[in-house]
Amino acid sequence: MTGFNTLLYKELLRFWKVAFQTVAGPVLSALLYLVIFAQALGEHVRVFEGVPYAAFLVPGLVMMSILQNAFANSSSSLIQSKITGNLVFVLVTPISHLEFFGAYVLASVARGLLVGAGVLAVTVWFVELRLAAPLYALAFALLGSALLGVLGLLAGIWAEKFDQIAAFQNFLVLPLTMLSGVFYSIHTLPALWQQVSHANPFFYMIDGFRYGFFGASDVAPAASLLVVAVSFALLSAATLWLLKSGYKLRT
Amino acid sequence: MREVEKRYGALQALAGVSLEVRQGEFFGLLGPNGAGKTTLISIIAGLARASAGGVSVMGADVVADYRRARRSLGVVPQELVFDPFFSVRETLRIQSGYFGIRANDAWIDEVMHHLDLDAKADTNMRSLSGGMKRRVLVAQALVHKPPVIVLDEPTAGVDVELRQELWQFVTRLNRDGHTIVLTTHYLEEAEEHCGRIAMLKAGRIVALDSTKNLLASFAGPHPADLEDVFLRIMQRH
Repeated sequence: MTGFNTLLYKELLRFWKVAFQTVAGPVLSALLYLVIFAQALGEHVRVFEGVPYAAFLVPGLVMMSILQNAFANSSSSLIQSKITGNLVFVLVTPISHLEFFGAYVLASVARGLLVGAGVLAVTVWFVELRLAAPLYALAFALLGSALLGVLGLLAGIWAEKFDQIAAFQNFLVLPLTMLSGVFYSIHTLPALWQQVSHANPFFYMIDGFRYGFFGASDVAPAASLLVVAVSFALLSAATLWLLKSGYKLRT
Repeated sequence: MREVEKRYGALQALAGVSLEVRQGEFFGLLGPNGAGKTTLISIIAGLARASAGGVSVMGADVVADYRRARRSLGVVPQELVFDPFFSVRETLRIQSGYFGIRANDAWIDEVMHHLDLDAKADTNMRSLSGGMKRRVLVAQALVHKPPVIVLDEPTAGVDVELRQELWQFVTRLNRDGHTIVLTTHYLEEAEEHCGRIAMLKAGRIVALDSTKNLLASFAGPHPADLEDVFLRIMQRH
């Protein structure tokens, strides 16, 4: 177990050493979103009955930060190690593909949750929030960050340059989070776009997490949790298979 | 190594290499650039997979029993790679942990001392000179006290002082029973330290004998040095 523990510790230390960039920065961004969107749109956007827009926005921003940072952690760590060549230090050790997977994904979960907690800590002062179903909130935070940690790992395995990770981030993760209902309830969308939103796995994570706070959501939380869990299982299986085969890591 | 082949698409990097390095040997793997030395080392270390054939380290197959094989092996890579997030001591502690070794500070201190790294223990890897980074790479390969040590061109771009210290240290490790496998382009280093030598060309072994025999077989009116031997063997194949 020690090889796994060490790799996890190294991954945690890696982002913690630059916490200003990896934790504080995303917390500030989320706070800016809240201030600007709540100020500019607060009067105009109708979301759940009896829930002010700013309060609606906070859980969405927390989850968005969790997801984006979980992805950023595993993907940037792996691509940096590949490009600088220091991944060899891990590849020559007895660490198995399962341990490798577990360490990278858990470190992503840790960074996601830390940033999420930070965003919650600075935004909670501006709104009145209660936790209607805390276990749901926790389940979505854990499973969502794990899913994005796996996606980051997959991107890191596949990518050969930083550009490709940036493309993954800008053309997949960012649009899917922005269009997942962080800033609006999908019930306010035209029917077609509501349908399209249902094909976006990020929507279920945001919606389910928000249920944890308000006890209200666009989709039943158990159904959302199932979608997220199945996505996690499928993506994990694919990533583990690639790691076992040594795809793009061992020539 | 049994009939090891490696193909990268149309390129045949290794074309059936069979070789046994005995325990406790100081073994040299020589050849021109592109001969397949680093590919062979990568296969031994598990960084690459053989297209055919197999490799065992201390009786453990590098694929089927990779955990045992890798515990027996310390590899000093040719490229000067490092993790910019950590200090020298952190780097070595983390490397120990990867091999499942906790509380390894006594050995880490000893290795750092022999490689003259004590003063740099808490310096970040980014701030080290090339020579110092090379020393850390050697230390990293030794943290788990592997019985087999593979050095892939360890003295490329290294100043005279470090080269001498490095050879003293490696010779001592060999005396203490470690098996050493070395690749180098500095043939006088191979001649001085290696008991046995394999020469590779285009993915095949073209010579395999003790250094003494190789030198004797090409001696004319004057004693040959390893460079003469190397050039003549390469011309012949």
